[in-house]
Amino acid sequence: MKLTNLLTGAALALGLATSAGAQDKTKVGFIYVGPIGDGGWTYEHDKGRLAVEQHFGDAVETVYQESVPEGADAERAITQMALQGADLIFTTSFGYMEPTLSVAGKFPDVKFEHATGYKTAPNMSVYSARFYEGRAVQGHIAGKMTKSNVIGYIASFPIPEVIRGINSAYIHAKRVNPDVEFKIIWAYTWFDPAKEADAATALIEQGADVILQHTDSTAPQAAAEKAGGVITFGQASDMGEYAPLPRVSSIIDNWAPYYIARTQAVMDGTWESVNTWDGIAPGMVEIGEISDAVPADVKSEALAMKDAIASGDYHPFTGPLKKQDGSDWLADGEAADDATLAGMNFYVEGLEGDIPQ
Amino acid sequence: MDLSSINPILLLASLMVAATPILIAALGELVAERAGVLNLGVEGMMITGAICGFAVAVETGSPLLGFLAAAVGGALLSSLFALLTQFALANQVASGLALTLFGLGLSSLMGQGYVGVKPPPTAKLDIPLLGDIPVLGPILFAHDLMVYVGLALVLAVWAFLKYSRGGLILRAVGENHEAAHALGYKVVRVRVMAILFGGACAGLGGAYISLVRVPQWTEGMTAGAGWIALALVVFASWKAGRVLLGAYLFGGVTVLQLNLQAAGVDIPVEYLSMSPYLITILVLVIMSADRARAPASLGRIFHASG
Repeated sequence: MKLTNLLTGAALALGLATSAGAQDKTKVGFIYVGPIGDGGWTYEHDKGRLAVEQHFGDAVETVYQESVPEGADAERAITQMALQGADLIFTTSFGYMEPTLSVAGKFPDVKFEHATGYKTAPNMSVYSARFYEGRAVQGHIAGKMTKSNVIGYIASFPIPEVIRGINSAYIHAKRVNPDVEFKIIWAYTWFDPAKEADAATALIEQGADVILQHTDSTAPQAAAEKAGGVITFGQASDMGEYAPLPRVSSIIDNWAPYYIARTQAVMDGTWESVNTWDGIAPGMVEIGEISDAVPADVKSEALAMKDAIASGDYHPFTGPLKKQDGSDWLADGEAADDATLAGMNFYVEGLEGDIPQ
Repeated sequence: MDLSSINPILLLASLMVAATPILIAALGELVAERAGVLNLGVEGMMITGAICGFAVAVETGSPLLGFLAAAVGGALLSSLFALLTQFALANQVASGLALTLFGLGLSSLMGQGYVGVKPPPTAKLDIPLLGDIPVLGPILFAHDLMVYVGLALVLAVWAFLKYSRGGLILRAVGENHEAAHALGYKVVRVRVMAILFGGACAGLGGAYISLVRVPQWTEGMTAGAGWIALALVVFASWKAGRVLLGAYLFGGVTVLQLNLQAAGVDIPVEYLSMSPYLITILVLVIMSADRARAPASLGRIFHASG
């Protein structure tokens, strides 16, 4: 980030001389919430960026900025990228939604793509992956594997995406293990390895033998490995270096095809503002290899569920389901609609505690 | 709510682990600031120490060598700051900020090959007899060496500043560098040594995160711990004992709030999340109601001709 800043300054100082030469190239920018070496969320987005470079070769130029805080500073970073002449900018965290919208208003000729949000503009698309499909598979494995019946969940921020994940994992853990209990810690960060490790340790000390995380670093994996006798799941990236134990499986975000397609659209002049929400079927969400630490029957059940979700035979949010307060949500056999899922702000029945407001 | 699920013994033990990185880093900064040098590069030196320590520990298989390398790495980076501020007479605030940015970049460059690598485990000192005492044993006597190094450092820094001649000179330099110079003390030499000590401590603190607390290498993994250490020095009114209190308070409330969340305590999570900062600042501000103040020459540039 710092080096890029310096280079940016230098480039601006050199004036238009440099940008004039790069005029025929399509310039694609990426704003990241963590460092590209986080081993999780940002790492996978950057793999998508590299795939764009590889796919188009000299026809594109990519730029990125790491560890951009969500909030006011993000607007500055996005604006700077637009001023640098980016044709297409991906902003890859929920908290960039308002800043992206604001910058998109000022640069009508630049295309913007915001990840995991819900607001769009004529030159701003939104895209996300149905991580909750992967969470269903995780919940199933977790419910089957836990011996203490306590599953720890490191949540980041109380936004619909995170709440969907908790609900989906809980529903499927509870289905195979009625005694299961979820302990949830809100870390209020996407990336803080020390805090994530502390949270994992606190959960383990309170009896959890399965740790699910919705934060970006591999620190909870390391903490679980240190504690021993605990299983985890890779988040956003495979985190395969912690397999076969503690990491028994993972949700992998594969952004590359989407990034390539959108870059192509900008090059062809066919880019339109869209709302993309893809899951296991198109390959945006992948399930990392289930390790041998998982019994064969549990593994085959998990894979069967994955296939059923991919083929559309099964929706992870299928009734009968009630909300936490006991009111009815979905009738028997009814599947949740996307609008409700996109704005999900309630726990399902059985989860304890309140969602921070 | 199920408070019984919180094990107070494990909680207190975790507290000491969570507090150690900021404690050690803050002690180093305390010494530098008492010598009149404001080094805002703690975060950068911590993360550099984190990767130096991690890399050496992985390559040699010895966490002890790792910690040593972390101290050297932190001190080396801080020597850059010393060069800029003591010899080139650059602005300390700007140089410190630059040091943080540089350290973050340098560490991610050095750490390229170490993502996903596991460090050798740092052994806990299982002190015979003492470690077997019920309750107190696991809380006080079953930690890794660095926890005790941190505590010993508090004592050493306190005694050095209060009772030793060297400490007196260092404080004189920090309070009024011109007077100290007139008395024949080598202001720049004292400050350079204080800066190097600060860098070594920050490096140690960073390595504690990458080798013990997490343990792994991830870019940007100190995630602001250096800034907390910096703030701690100010709120502790530049006193070693209060740095200890502040660090343990901060580490303790951090761990406690995570445990309270996991136990499902009926306090809004937002309040729990801000509690470490709030409580630490509150306690230290109330304590510093006495006439404690910053070293008078803090942040000021010294030149012998001046």
